Amino acid sequence: MRRFLLIAVPYFWLLALFLVPFVIVFKISLSDIALAIPPYTPTLDFSAGWAGVRAFFSALDFENFTWLTQDDLYWKAYLSSLWIALISTAITLAVGYPIAYAMARAPEEWRPTLMMLVILPFWTSFLIRVYAWMGILSQEGFLNQFLMWLGIINEPLTILNTNTAVYIGIVYTYLPFMILPIYAALDRLDESLIEAAEDLGCSRLSAFWLVTVPLSRNGIAAGSFLVFIPALGEFVIPSLLGGSGTLMIGKVLWEEFFSNRDWPVASAVAIILLAILVIPIVLFQRNQQKQAEAEQ
Amino acid sequence: MNRLSWFNTVSLTLGFAFLYIPMVILVIFSFNASKLVTVWAGFSTKWYGELLGNEAFLDAAWVTLKVAVLSSSIATVLGTMAAYVLVRGGRFLGRTLFSGMIYAPLVMPEVITGLSLLLLFIGIGLDRGVLTIVLAHTTFSMCYVSVVVSSRLVTFDKSLEEAALDLGCSPAQAFRLVTLPIIAPAVISGWLLAFTLSLDDLVIASFTAGPSSTTLPIKIFSAVRLGVSPEINALSTVMISIVTVGVIAASLVSKRSMVRQQKDEQEAARAQ
Repeated sequence: MRRFLLIAVPYFWLLALFLVPFVIVFKISLSDIALAIPPYTPTLDFSAGWAGVRAFFSALDFENFTWLTQDDLYWKAYLSSLWIALISTAITLAVGYPIAYAMARAPEEWRPTLMMLVILPFWTSFLIRVYAWMGILSQEGFLNQFLMWLGIINEPLTILNTNTAVYIGIVYTYLPFMILPIYAALDRLDESLIEAAEDLGCSRLSAFWLVTVPLSRNGIAAGSFLVFIPALGEFVIPSLLGGSGTLMIGKVLWEEFFSNRDWPVASAVAIILLAILVIPIVLFQRNQQKQAEAEQ
Repeated sequence: MNRLSWFNTVSLTLGFAFLYIPMVILVIFSFNASKLVTVWAGFSTKWYGELLGNEAFLDAAWVTLKVAVLSSSIATVLGTMAAYVLVRGGRFLGRTLFSGMIYAPLVMPEVITGLSLLLLFIGIGLDRGVLTIVLAHTTFSMCYVSVVVSSRLVTFDKSLEEAALDLGCSPAQAFRLVTLPIIAPAVISGWLLAFTLSLDDLVIASFTAGPSSTTLPIKIFSAVRLGVSPEINALSTVMISIVTVGVIAASLVSKRSMVRQQKDEQEAARAQ
């Protein structure tokens, strides 16, 4: 009985508040928009009995999904989200790897402090960290002031409200997610392997490419997924740092829901986004499993 | 290797400068006398005064705190139960679905979680307010708690529990007297994680909050959309200081308990 309760309570909580909501999203994505409360049709009418249920199912269709393929906005937003997420993951990797590498090579007694310095921003509000860049990247912001003071530019650059600002924002906020798994992989790396490679005639650089990088592969994969997956559905960064030209699907979904009040289309957008995310999520899961097996 | 090469020193310096300079600038300009956030006009603490007088922010902060305490506490209980079931529960019907539902929310885009929960609440006719935000936050943060706690449960020696059972403990007693004290640090960090996730959440709260239950991130977001303002800088500084003090204190405490544990283990080894 106790065991049953122990399993049932979290189980039913997740069924009711995680799985059922998805079924509802799926159902509404097949419905049509209506000027009513709730603003979609059909709604399931049990009082009409079997006929009501039949009428309900016959009114569902894939019209919203067809609509998504017809209107340029949506598939452009999906493509541009994928592109932005991909590029920013690559930049985050390029920025994060040297930091993780240096941390793993730092004196033993520094490492806990360095770790804490990487984790601290993660505990700080995400919103505030994005906001901090608004004051830096604006026309009269610190970056422009600094560059003009150095004499590199004469005119202030427009960075805020462009895609560049979105890249900077994603790299900045997700950097700790990239550093930590790579650091964990490099920390475990047996240094004598690199020495052996060097003894056998590798230059330092080729020892790095041929030994260090392949051995930290799992950390690179984990870090990249941890950046890519949330970046794809990101809403806060494109809406605060991006401009009107920044197309990201998280923002489109938000506007479809809150501004256009088109719930069926917003639901269809969500279903397609999930379908796209399934691929990286499954790859990520497999990578984690492989790592867990390697550790055992 | 004890000394850092110049390359490593440069990457550490630049890396941490990149991570911290934006926040340092934010903090410095919260003490700016001018309304313009980017031009320094002398030291002043007036924005903190205005912040204290801003009822809307204080109300939102109170709602946020209530939601965070409630949701992280429920999430810790549910998440610990879920972790125990996953690690120790053996086989049961729908185990794969259960573990899938634990891991899926971790990688789910917030816009989708928010949208789906809102549609559920509307579907069952639940009015949006503090309750709906608490339900939403509990659901995603219990998954984080469960991951943190199960990673501790996996590494800990099952024979300790079995010994307690052999010595006459009921399963509940064994859990309370043996398992819980050992996994307590993980449970506490799970709670802290759930608490910060709840404090921080904008997207899911925006979907599930009602007009009378605005949280601080929603308030900050709508203010920030109009541009930078020194009052938001002051508020950010307060939040950054709380987190910094909290994280440093937590790391000192865990360091001390680790030292103590090592000492205990050494003494135990000597006694043998």
